[in-house]
Amino acid sequence: MTGKLARRLSRMPVAAALLLAMQLAPAAAQEALRIGVVAPVTGIFAQVGADMTNGFKMYLDQTNSTFAGTKVVPIIEDSQGKPDLAVTKARKLILEDHVQMLVGGVLATEGYALAPVSTAEKTVYISSVTAADDLTQRQLPNFPYFLRTSWTSSQPMHPFGQWACDQGYKKIAAIAADYAFGYESVGGFQKAFEDCGGKIIQKIWPPIGTKDFGPYIPTIKPDADAVFSLMVGPMALQFPKQLRDSGYTSPIVGGSVSYDESALPFMGDEVIGDVSAEQYSAALLTPANEAFVKTYRAKYGKVPSYFSESNYTTAMMIDDVMKETGGKWPGSQAFIAKLAALKVDAPRGPLSFDDMRNVVQNIYIKKVEKTMLFGYDKPELWDMVIKTYPAVSQFWTYGKDAFLKQPVYSRDFPACKYCE
Amino acid sequence: MTRARCKVLIVIAALAAIALVVPHSTSFLILLATRALAFSILVMSLDLLLGFAGLASLGQAAYLGVGAYLTAILATRYQFGLGYDFGLVVALGMFMSAALAAVFGLLAVRATGVYFLMITLALGQCVWGLAYRWNSLTGGDNGINLPHRPQFGIDLANEVTFFYVVFGFFVVSLSIMYTLVRSPFGRSLVGIREREPRMKILGYNTWLHKYLAFIIAGAFGGLSGVLWAHTAGIVSPENVVLTTSVDALLMTVLGGPGTLVGGAIGAAVVLFIREYLSTLVHWWQYVLGGVYILVILYLPGGLMSIPERIRRRAARAEAPAAQSLAAAKL
Repeated sequence: MTGKLARRLSRMPVAAALLLAMQLAPAAAQEALRIGVVAPVTGIFAQVGADMTNGFKMYLDQTNSTFAGTKVVPIIEDSQGKPDLAVTKARKLILEDHVQMLVGGVLATEGYALAPVSTAEKTVYISSVTAADDLTQRQLPNFPYFLRTSWTSSQPMHPFGQWACDQGYKKIAAIAADYAFGYESVGGFQKAFEDCGGKIIQKIWPPIGTKDFGPYIPTIKPDADAVFSLMVGPMALQFPKQLRDSGYTSPIVGGSVSYDESALPFMGDEVIGDVSAEQYSAALLTPANEAFVKTYRAKYGKVPSYFSESNYTTAMMIDDVMKETGGKWPGSQAFIAKLAALKVDAPRGPLSFDDMRNVVQNIYIKKVEKTMLFGYDKPELWDMVIKTYPAVSQFWTYGKDAFLKQPVYSRDFPACKYCE
Repeated sequence: MTRARCKVLIVIAALAAIALVVPHSTSFLILLATRALAFSILVMSLDLLLGFAGLASLGQAAYLGVGAYLTAILATRYQFGLGYDFGLVVALGMFMSAALAAVFGLLAVRATGVYFLMITLALGQCVWGLAYRWNSLTGGDNGINLPHRPQFGIDLANEVTFFYVVFGFFVVSLSIMYTLVRSPFGRSLVGIREREPRMKILGYNTWLHKYLAFIIAGAFGGLSGVLWAHTAGIVSPENVVLTTSVDALLMTVLGGPGTLVGGAIGAAVVLFIREYLSTLVHWWQYVLGGVYILVILYLPGGLMSIPERIRRRAARAEAPAAQSLAAAKL
């Protein structure tokens, strides 16, 4: 028995030390700025979550986790891509970790789930990815502590529709993933394209996760000048390949995520020449972006996507506000007001906010090319920027009030007037 | 004191302990406990099917979805159910889910085993498809946000009050289900699980027994859905997706099929690992996987079978000692 007793007693100092350490740890972090990051670290969006947290952490590493003299403590919680788990983790961050703000959310459901939590708990929520249109449009009055540093789904699609008219396209067939993000992207493109004389002659909606487009490709109308495609994730990889393999030679114009950097490295040469529109391209030839891409790639081994850039820029914006307040947390309302008044030069270009707290930014029309950039020694696929629309807001040229009078883009709005 | 009475007392003591301890812990733990209790009602309803009737269903999340979406739609479109009419919504949720179960049961209960699993899976996916595509009603994949929790004299926005309400529903559900499985109806279900042909020969209408169990399970699934909608504050197709049904099934197996409380324990363990452990360490998935594997390999009766195993091992340890004692006496 003495052996057991001796072993038990010898464990006590260790336990006591642990207990002491646990008591001491919280005391050190009193003055720090605590930021809760809600991202899908595991689950099917794990790569997106990794990009988001890497982008955010990269800025923290560059500033030594100190904004204007205040220590920054990021607390990353895994939402696993599920909205009610995102809410649970957000509540934990607010109630237990006492974060001053939440950053993150990927899917529209997560955005719609987290925004009410920010209202209920009077905590700032900065959406650095979620693109659901209505959060900063018709629903904004419900969310006084919400601000968006990323984009709305239709924001790049309005100028893209204009660009399509300028290229001389008259009839376009649209094929997009069958969910809200797809509807809002097609909606934005259709509105702008038809307002300048174009016609959307067909809308096809393959379900999310479709890998075999066999049932859909033969139905694409042959008299379309081009195909507008909005594909997400694995769909983005499969669709261009299958469409080209079927012998389709007309141009493909893609929605934002169809050719973005989360899918482009895995694509083959069949996508060279395809055009898309987004608020960021890793191939943006500015010194700020070149530095960003090189540092990110050296650190994490892959080209940054807009997920990474958006979170990096969000961290930069928080830093700018903290510099204004001299490192003191000014309270949720004042913080939102200061953040919404910012103008920054991000890797993606100049940014400011409109009066609905959504970001106003450049939209880049980009074409896939195989080339060598930034001193890398192999030719790779890059989204080269062929046209820039500066300072595009979520309302494009429509004016806020006129835009808000129409319903949010959905499967049935705008109606397909020219569908044959 | 009989074994059964002893077990009942232990459960009552555990419930009392939960009711006393949880409200004094952190807000996050109260939230987790509320979520676990609300989901446990669904898991216990599945235990009724799996553990007692021997029917493994992969479509229980459909009933959670019906209850949850009904609550959300009534709250947002008709401003109904956020005051004293909350009780009506609970009743309506249970009724609609039971009605759906009655329709689905006609298709599913004619099959057994793997085929039952497949049919319930397909039916569950039908509900998911409706939730996903019927945008005008369900908001599609954006989901529906509930404006606030009901207020009827007591304010359910307060975490502790809401915990007690959900706890109350849990205790009532557990009591009703316990009475059910101890009744002749419940005993017949166990008989059907063990030897259905023999029950038929004895004159029992086994199809009707299984059908009724299916409907009752659906009703409790609806109750779970109503509570779940208010716990999370948002209802989305994620609530009716296949993985939710699989979760419920895994929790039942983990806790121990055939013991109602096992379902609650399984739900608590899985939700604790997934939602609490994941905030502490990033390798929580290995822990969850390890727990599942170990339980399936070494504890086929689930976590609730541990006391029984200890008792059996103790009895076996005594038996040779008793034998040697008897031999020595001789």
